[in-house]
Amino acid sequence: MTEQSTIKGLLLLLVKGNRWYYLWLASLVLLILTGACAYRVQFDRGLIVTNMRDQVSWGLYIANFTYLVGVAAAAVLLVIPAYLYNWKPIKEIVLLGELLAVAAIVMCITFVMIDLGRPDRFWHLLPKIGRLNWPQSMLAWDVVVLNLYLLLNLLISWYVLSNLYRGTAPNKTLFWLLICLSIPGAVAIHAVTSYLYGGLPARPFWNASIMAPRFLASAFCSGPSLIILIFQVIRKFSPLKVADEALFKLAEMVGWSMFVNLFLLGAEVFKEFYSNTWHVSHIQYLFFGLHGKTQLVPFTWTAIAFNVTSLCILIYPRTRKNLFTLNGACVMMLIGVWIEKGLGLVNPGFTPTPLGEIYEYLPNLREITISIGVLAFGLLVYTVLLAIAIPIQTGDFRARTDPP
Amino acid sequence: MKNDSAKSVELDRNDSVTRRDFLKKSLVGAGLLTLPGLLPGCTWEEFSQKHFSELAPAELEQVLRRLKDQYRRCYGREFQLSATGPLPETAFAYALDLSKCIGCRRCVYACAEENNLSRSDPQIHWIKVLRFPNGSMNPEDAERYYAPDKVPEEGYYYMPVQCQQCANPPCVKACPVQATWKEPDGMVVVDYNWCIGCRYCMAACPYDARHFNWAAPTLPINEINTHTHYLGNRPQEKNVVGKCTFCIQRVREGRYPACVEACPVGARKFGNLLDQDSEIRYILEHKRVFRFKEELNTQPNFYYYFS
Ligand code: SF4
Ligand code: SF4
Repeated sequence: MTEQSTIKGLLLLLVKGNRWYYLWLASLVLLILTGACAYRVQFDRGLIVTNMRDQVSWGLYIANFTYLVGVAAAAVLLVIPAYLYNWKPIKEIVLLGELLAVAAIVMCITFVMIDLGRPDRFWHLLPKIGRLNWPQSMLAWDVVVLNLYLLLNLLISWYVLSNLYRGTAPNKTLFWLLICLSIPGAVAIHAVTSYLYGGLPARPFWNASIMAPRFLASAFCSGPSLIILIFQVIRKFSPLKVADEALFKLAEMVGWSMFVNLFLLGAEVFKEFYSNTWHVSHIQYLFFGLHGKTQLVPFTWTAIAFNVTSLCILIYPRTRKNLFTLNGACVMMLIGVWIEKGLGLVNPGFTPTPLGEIYEYLPNLREITISIGVLAFGLLVYTVLLAIAIPIQTGDFRARTDPP
Repeated sequence: MKNDSAKSVELDRNDSVTRRDFLKKSLVGAGLLTLPGLLPGCTWEEFSQKHFSELAPAELEQVLRRLKDQYRRCYGREFQLSATGPLPETAFAYALDLSKCIGCRRCVYACAEENNLSRSDPQIHWIKVLRFPNGSMNPEDAERYYAPDKVPEEGYYYMPVQCQQCANPPCVKACPVQATWKEPDGMVVVDYNWCIGCRYCMAACPYDARHFNWAAPTLPINEINTHTHYLGNRPQEKNVVGKCTFCIQRVREGRYPACVEACPVGARKFGNLLDQDSEIRYILEHKRVFRFKEELNTQPNFYYYFS
């Protein structure tokens, strides 16, 4: 009885909403369908319909994947102050961060799937059934940690929500265990994704030990800035209260992360240019172009400009605590880090190739359409999760306390 | 006759015969059987095929038969498709005399023909010949698309690069599903029916020796080489990775790789390292050989030398 009414209640939550909610859902579905149609062509004709080639064999899809792994870490930056330091303003919103991590990982996995030549053979990656090359292959590690992290975040959110729903107190030990696992989990998805690149001696641009700390630093920029923006939308359209204080605290952490990120970038730039070996060509291609090929250069400098500006805004308390400048900084940071961890990481790693070729890759319209479809899919997942989570959190959706 | 060669055929299991075949199957089968059917160009047998090393002899037999049927349907030709295992007491190695190579690229085209590589859109070459200015070995000074009226050119030397069949191959380590591995006789091979097309091995190879089939290969029917090996030169599959295997289909039958035969100046040498009297042993013992990108510790079974 109760079970049934819970499910009915959940379904009702999903369809309840105003005009804007429906418009939002409809546009997401439209984007997803457009992306799916574009993907259909790629599936039928092969990856030749993208701009990737042997010289640059990973492109926009893997760039987005790498970026979104960073977004998925956002949750942790909330978990630490909320649970470890029991800081109230953030404790109220930590759940939304965890759900964002879920949506981000779902997008990550989808991006990897659409990048595969033979997605129908994905089962080869399943342990036991297929032949996961573990612990040899870093990609195998990534599959494992990403799925574990997804599971963990789903588990935590479900546990918190079901307790709120039933009005019961969560089991302290179990809850702490989950929380304590999620922190190394977030670090692990970054470390492993960076090792995916860093473990390749064939690609000197990636083959650097600084990769893992840089991944973490930039992840702590992009994820939380997305959260700061999304939470303002949420508090506008839902009864959920998100305190300004919480946003400013996050912004402060983001600011410091960006400081560390830029410092690490500087360390890398110094090492490459000062030692000036053959390997300098990749970073030269990134910053100044190589042999007249300069396609990436404007992107790189845009990213640097955005990252430095947003650092200034976020470090200075007056501008940090002004929602207008704060939002500007967050948007700049999202774009800046996307360039840095996306095309700015994948492209120069491949260019020039180990045999010295320069192939200038930029995604084509089809790749962009498909990617937008995947992003829309992730947003749809997030919206659905929120549509369930917010009413539970505000207390609008509770288990009926019927007499037994 | 020339008409025929102009007509390129796409090896794509999306052709009408297979589709009909498949439709029949999915109508009969239910549940899981229809799952792979939702994907174009995929039959249940292919979808569920085990990893090469796990195939029992009878299953392997069946797989080879299925592939031959498929090639007959696509190309109207009868294929010989073997899966000959590694020869005992054999460790293959390659040597290339850089002072002889004239950069004519006959090896490149012989390889493409022998190995049924896609001719255009995309054109795939497993061998690349780099032209270096004398005095440099920095790949960034190399030119791959040189087009002079006559080779060799003054002031340059030529260095062909193909899979080096590394003894410590980073590509094998990278593959998340063990679709590529090193055979006991030294060849690094790919099971095209197991590869998921993630292209991680391509990122890992320091010699640009791996090639993705971005589309179904185009092969002029009358230029098809029907003498094939499961791990070697059978027509490539769309969206998976392929690479040089030192012509596994030939060398396991005691023949030379196609590139060795094609070289007009005898710059290419090939043989069994474990055979005391082989030419390759002679070269390793008497010439000053080097390996490309030695510092990466990939330990190629491919030696360069200046005679
Ligand atoms: S040359 Fe490249 S593809 Fe060949 S074995 Fe070495 S790493 Fe692998
Ligand atoms: S592309 Fe194929 S062979 Fe290469 S790593 Fe991926 S699954 Fe393995």
